[in-house]
Amino acid sequence: MAKTYADLLQEVKGQIKQVTLEDLNDRIKGGESITLVDVREKDEWRQGYIPNSVHLPRGFLEMQAGSKLPDKNAKLVVYCAGGVRSAFAAKVLQDMGYTDVESANPGYGQWKDKGFPIEAPFAFTDEQLDRYSRHLLLPEVGEKGQQKLLQARVLLLGAGGLGAPSALYLAAAGVGTLGIIDGDHVDASNLQRQVIHGMDRVGTPKVESAAKTIANLNPDVKIIPFNERLDSSNVDRIFDMGWDVIVDGLDNFPTRYLVNDASIWKNIPVVHGSIFRFDGQVTTFIPHQGPCYRCLYPEPPPAHLAPSCAEAGVLGVLPGVIGVLQATEAVKIILGQGKPLNGRLLQYDSLDMAFRTFKLRHDKSCPVCGDKPTITEYIDYEGFCANV
Amino acid sequence: MAVTLRIPTPLRTLTGGADEIKLEGATVGAAIDALEAAHPGIRERVLSGEGKVLRFVNIFLNDDDIRFLDGLESPVKDGDAISIVPAIAGGR
Repeated sequence: MAKTYADLLQEVKGQIKQVTLEDLNDRIKGGESITLVDVREKDEWRQGYIPNSVHLPRGFLEMQAGSKLPDKNAKLVVYCAGGVRSAFAAKVLQDMGYTDVESANPGYGQWKDKGFPIEAPFAFTDEQLDRYSRHLLLPEVGEKGQQKLLQARVLLLGAGGLGAPSALYLAAAGVGTLGIIDGDHVDASNLQRQVIHGMDRVGTPKVESAAKTIANLNPDVKIIPFNERLDSSNVDRIFDMGWDVIVDGLDNFPTRYLVNDASIWKNIPVVHGSIFRFDGQVTTFIPHQGPCYRCLYPEPPPAHLAPSCAEAGVLGVLPGVIGVLQATEAVKIILGQGKPLNGRLLQYDSLDMAFRTFKLRHDKSCPVCGDKPTITEYIDYEGFCANV
Repeated sequence: MAVTLRIPTPLRTLTGGADEIKLEGATVGAAIDALEAAHPGIRERVLSGEGKVLRFVNIFLNDDDIRFLDGLESPVKDGDAISIVPAIAGGR
């Protein structure tokens, strides 16, 4: 005789362990190592879940258990809305060889009503689900990653050759807050490479022009403009705004050393990019995890050996390549994915069309990040760079 | 030892535009001496008057910074590449 739903449920409940919500809450608070498995549907999950749960909808349970719950001996507590789906799911997990499975009874509905801890995932709008759909398809990004991007704060130093492409791609990727510092106005000679600006912006402040382009590209992005030149007098005010990553697209040595020192003291990762004529360099400095800019270049070159792009020229597409590589690094750091370029210098030679990476090392005698630092506050950076 | 010296763009005016120079030398320092003999004027763009690597230039033997090997005394093997990488600061 065919079994009814009630028969099946009763049979399954007889074969699994159940845990009350009060017990479960006490055990979590007591620090017991439990893997919570939420077997509800995606739209239910979006309304909220118990913190640190693994989301494994019941429809995908058998298929995804192996990848999402790799340890068969882990202590699992399965929950759903009211305790029925979790009971069936617990039985399946037992049958699949999981040795310690419990089903929460009843479930999330009452858990929430009792005021036990919950967490609501980031609520994407329909427009966002569409806009970021290519990211959401990547398991390495997904909704969690896109949420990180939307909540991230990146400070761009310069809205010029490097800053323009970086800012465009970071904005397109949905980095939620972009600080942009640049004290310059758009000049017609910038348009050969600074693709964030345009004819109608000539003469306007670069930060305003960049903000205007980004507003049209992605309304999710909040721009914090700094229409000024970075120096020792404003670096604390600007850097102390909770930035996750700094993208350094500056155009001179004194400010690069200032950024290095400040970022180490404030513990902010810096994605460094620099260009000269046909060559570019990219590396990532993560404070106290590898070398800093001073470990790489203890001193700047004398001015006559280091002409600026305005003096020596620069191939227009070059900053595009380097700026986009910097944006890639920033996105990876925010997502916590892949291997950033810390401890590696990427050199790009556009004429040879060659990329080479070199190993960089932390210098124990570095005056800022070494064992016995001798520079512990801002110095006269212009003087430091003029006296070499 | 036959090694390849990779010349950065700013120094190519001294090598007649050549981006790579193949020459002989048993150490990194010897290779730079040989480079100077072939293209006078390039040594002072890489080494100080006391013969030390300038602080704004890095020399890599293959992908290792010679500061963390034996400096200019680092021995080279046939087929090695020595890259001269100066600091650049452009961004606009």
